[in-house]
Formats: sequence, C-alpha cells, structure tokens
Amino acid sequence: MSEAAVIGARPARVETGKFWILPPAALLALLFFYPLALIARQAFFDDSGMANVAEVTRVLHSRFFLNALINTVSISVAATAGCLIVGLVLALILAFVPFPGSRFVARLIDTFIALPTFLVTLAFTFLYGSAGMLNAGLMEAFSLPLPPVNFLYSSWGVVLAEVTVYTPFILRPLLAAFSLVDRGQIEAASVLGARPLRIVRQVILPAAIPALIAGGSLCLLLTVNEFGIVLFIGAKGVITLPLLIYGKAIQESQYQVACIIAVINIALSLGLFGLYRFAAGRLGA
Amino acid sequence: MSAAAFTGTNVMDIDAAKVRGAGSNVHFDKVSVAYGAHVVLHPLTLDIAPGEILAMIGPSGSGKTTALRAVAGFVRPASGRIRIGATDVTDLPPYERGLGMVVQNYALFPHMRVEDNVAFGLRAQGADRALIAERVRDALGTVGMSAFAKRLPRELSGGQQQRVAIARALAVRPRVLLLDEPLSALDAQIRRNMVEEIAKLHRDLPGLTILYVTHDQTEALTLADKIAIMRDGRVCSHGPTGELYRRPPNRFTAEFLGRANLLPVTVVEAAGGKGFARAALGDTTLASAGRDEKAGDRSLLCIRPQHLSLTDEGGHSNRISGLLREVHWQGELTHLVLDVDGTAVRVSTTRLPIALPEAGTRLPLFFAPADTSLVPEDAGV
Repeated sequence: MSEAAVIGARPARVETGKFWILPPAALLALLFFYPLALIARQAFFDDSGMANVAEVTRVLHSRFFLNALINTVSISVAATAGCLIVGLVLALILAFVPFPGSRFVARLIDTFIALPTFLVTLAFTFLYGSAGMLNAGLMEAFSLPLPPVNFLYSSWGVVLAEVTVYTPFILRPLLAAFSLVDRGQIEAASVLGARPLRIVRQVILPAAIPALIAGGSLCLLLTVNEFGIVLFIGAKGVITLPLLIYGKAIQESQYQVACIIAVINIALSLGLFGLYRFAAGRLGA
Repeated sequence: MSAAAFTGTNVMDIDAAKVRGAGSNVHFDKVSVAYGAHVVLHPLTLDIAPGEILAMIGPSGSGKTTALRAVAGFVRPASGRIRIGATDVTDLPPYERGLGMVVQNYALFPHMRVEDNVAFGLRAQGADRALIAERVRDALGTVGMSAFAKRLPRELSGGQQQRVAIARALAVRPRVLLLDEPLSALDAQIRRNMVEEIAKLHRDLPGLTILYVTHDQTEALTLADKIAIMRDGRVCSHGPTGELYRRPPNRFTAEFLGRANLLPVTVVEAAGGKGFARAALGDTTLASAGRDEKAGDRSLLCIRPQHLSLTDEGGHSNRISGLLREVHWQGELTHLVLDVDGTAVRVSTTRLPIALPEAGTRLPLFFAPADTSLVPEDAGV
C-alpha cells in the first residue's frame, strides 16, 4: 500500500478551534444585528411586509428631516472645525512650547474624555445660562432688564459645548504625532532661516495630517451622533437627527418615521467611521 | 557650475541673514551654559578663523554639543557673548544667524523630495525661483546627488541622506557650517568615505568655516585644522591638529587623541635650545622632545604605538625592552602589548620578524627622540 493511501485512511481530525467564533457571533447577532435588521425592516416595509418606498420618499423630502439633517451636519462640521483649531493650537503649545506643568495640563484636558457630556452643558448653563453667573453679573452691573448673553440657547451654544467636550479627542492623537516629530528637523529648519510659522506649516503639520484626519473624523462621528448635549441645552429650533429620532419614536410614536431617519443616521455614522478607520490606519493606530 | 560657486561674494541676495558678508570667524567670549545650578559649559573663550575647520572632540557630556548649540542659537548662554564675523549673535534667533547645520540623524524633511529639502532654506529666506533652482542644482552637484533630486529621503541610503543634508546646509551659502556628529549614524565603511568627501568639500570651499563636533578622533584628525578637546565642560587643550597630536599638552589629550603610551620618567636634563631633554626610565636614559621641564621633574614620556619599532633603524637612538604579553594580528597591522617596568606599552607595526613573537618573550623596542614628547605628570585639565 502506498504512503498516500495510508495517510488518506486516517480518520479526519475535527478542528474545534474554529467553532469559538460562534458564541460571540451569536451574541452580536442577537444584541446588535437583529435589532438593526428590525429597524431596517420597520423603515422600509409596512406591517403587511410590503416595501413602503412612498413613506421613505416622503420622509426624505420632508422639511423636518431636511432641517434636522442640515442642523446635524452644520453643527458637527462647525464643532469639528472648532475642535481641530483649538486642539491644534493647544497641542502645539503643549508639545513645542516648554513651560512648567505642561504635562499636568495635558492630563487635565484628557480628563474631559472621562466626564459625561451633560456635565459640561450643565456647567455652561451655570456660567452662560439666562440665570447664569455671567448674565446675572451683567444685569446687576448695568441694571439690564433682560439677560444680555443668550448664545447658549442657539446652535452656537451646542457647538461651543461640543468643542469643549470633544477637543481632547483631537488633542490626544495630535500630541502622539507631535511626539514623533524629529526635533532635529525643527532645528534644521530654524537654522536654515525658517520662522516659527513656516516651521509649523511646512515641517510639523505635514507630519500631523494623519492625526488631524483621524481625530477630526472621530470628532465628526461623535458630534453627528451627539444627543445629550443638544437635549440638555434645549436650544430653540435646533433639532438634530438623534433628537428627531427621539422625538418621533418617544413623543409622537411614529416608529416607522423614526426608523427611516435612524437608518440614514446609521449610514452617515458608518461612512464617517470608515473615514476614521482609514485615517487611523494611515496613522498606524 | 563648480563648487566654487558657493564661495562667491554674491551672498547678500538673500535678506534674512544679518551676519552674512560680515566675515565668517566665530568667537566665543567667556561663554558659559548652565541648566539651573548645573554648569555644562564653563566660560569658554575660543576663536575659529575664517575658512578653518575646528573639531571639538571629547567624551559624552563634555560640553562640545552644548557649545555648538550655543552657536546655532538653541542654547542660551548663561554668560558671555558669541560673535560671528563682526556681529554679536548672542541674542539673535537661529533663523537670523546665517548658519548651516548638519546633524547625526540627517533631519531631512521626510515628506519633501530631495530638491525641496535642499530648496527649503532658500525659500524660507525669500529667494526667487531662478536663484533657488540654480543653488539647488549647484548644491546637489557638489555632493554628487544630482541624479536623486526627485527622490524622497526614505528612498535613499544613510550616506546619500547625509549628502543631501550637507547640500541643504550649503545651498543657503552659510558663513559657518555646524556639523554635529554628522557621521555617527553611518556604518564604518561609509563613514570613511564620507570623511574623505567632507575633506574634499572643504578643499573646494576653502572660505567655509566649519565647527565639527565629534567623539571620533579619526574624523577630527583627518578633517580639522585645529582641535579643541573638551572635558567636563571645559576646553582641556586647543591647537593645530598636528601639534596637539605630536606634542599633547596634558595626559588627557595624549590618551584621547590617538592611543599614546605614557611612560613615567624623571627628567635628568632639561631641553636646552634646540636639543632634547633627557629623562630616566628606571636605569635607562632616554632622549625626548621637551617643553619647559626642569631636571628632577617627574613627567610622562609620550610615544605613539606606531613609532615603536622592534628593530633598530636609523635615528632610533632610544631603546627600552619589555616582556611581550599579547599579540593581535589584524592583517595589515599587528598590535603587540608589552610590559615595560610595570607599564603596558602598545606597539602597532606593519613589519615583524619572520615569525610572530610569542607571549613571554622579552623584546627590545626602538624609537626616535623626535617622535616623543614629555607630558607633565600633574597636568590634568
């Protein structure tokens, strides 16, 4: 009998290792994909199981949806831009301008990540709200009948709160990227005649672009889905997609409309998450 | 265009450097540097003449890089002034000093192509496009990197990257070029080649003043017109390279700059006029080039390993003997270690008797008085 025949006659061994994927896959399917499928089904099919394209079209063309979409995108883009600017300036100072306590300040800013988002909003209410310290002080000092500062209850209030909360998400990857910038390059540029702004623009920033993209897309992702800050501030007329989903599902019991908007929100989030992963991959994260 | 283009007088067409055209000598005037209470550079007074290569060498922490960084403007002196030409640059920021600098890890900008790296300084100083193109072409041509202008730094070898770094520093036509351990990251073979290339570069650019910081004595001996040996934040000796090597003023210099055998002797007769001093090593009296020793002084007779011979040759009037302890054959050179009256004496020779001597053999050693010098026993730093 040949060697091949002997080997072929051996009983096949069962590899049990590959079955370990089943428990987490089943758990994920039960807790995540099944509810997601239910939302998608609720969005695109009526109770009889027929595709309901007309309702989807109606919602997508409705004024309330378009307003919420515009609000969501504009607020998240503005907040992300604010985070990028503030984060970049702070990171440059913390990384390249030596001062006593810079590490402590960096750690302090980091702690914002650990705080619940409503806390900042609450603090802003105490500071800039109608009855907050700033308005109370101004009204008393100038005998004003009405609070003079009321930006908090507008889109700007939401943007300011989101910038405060999410700037550390930009700061952290930027500081990591800046720590990898060869100080010799900065010194060489300086000796060659480059002033600080040119060094930032042509030497430091190119090294930080992946970090900026990764941090920026993460910020965009988080601000698109931000619910607590928008709800807590309660700005008049500032309805974002998450807030609209909440309103339609909980307050108006329009579950199909809520699910259609939720699917759009999910698609937007996944797109931004893909961008974030791509940028993070470039960064080596 | 030849490398001589870099030494042209048309250097004022770039407006940033206040020091250009004012001369290229560097003057340290009692410059000290301290970090808090820790003094890393004690008051240093030193001149680097225009067109001169001064090598600062010394062990780690001796203050040589601190001195260079003070010239570059990255370290603020605690006291003293630094002048480049007629200009006091102590209070000028680095970008206004008109220098070029090359560091150990090249520090090329990784996202820029070679030509953009070389053009960086010129653009920073607001040079026009035609001038930039001309200077970039000249600088790359000088270091033999013209064919690599479109490459990114990561596409180059270490030696090529260092050439680009040198071209980048030369393109702005600095009056002073600062080289901070520029070859330390290269392997031995490439380093030897680069030393020769830097030597050639300076022959082509004789007006360029170079401050060269290194811990490698071979680089310093090959390139430098003068050497300053640093130790514990102080200049322990300073002078023309050949003079320091042949007549080290102190023990540290003798041992740091090339390997030296230092035999403890007692001066028997001072050197008078053009003659040699006579010194006693045990029962043996030796002739040696002296300084201002007096009879009875204890001193060290300095003789380099390559100046010791196993055979009596013309002019080798000094003779000692020692017990052979070790033999290291290294192809073109053979290194021997002998015990001479309790002192380990190294011999490097290209010529040996027919058979390698064996350890334990007593061998005679011959050397010429002109190859020796007396180093004061108590002259530390």
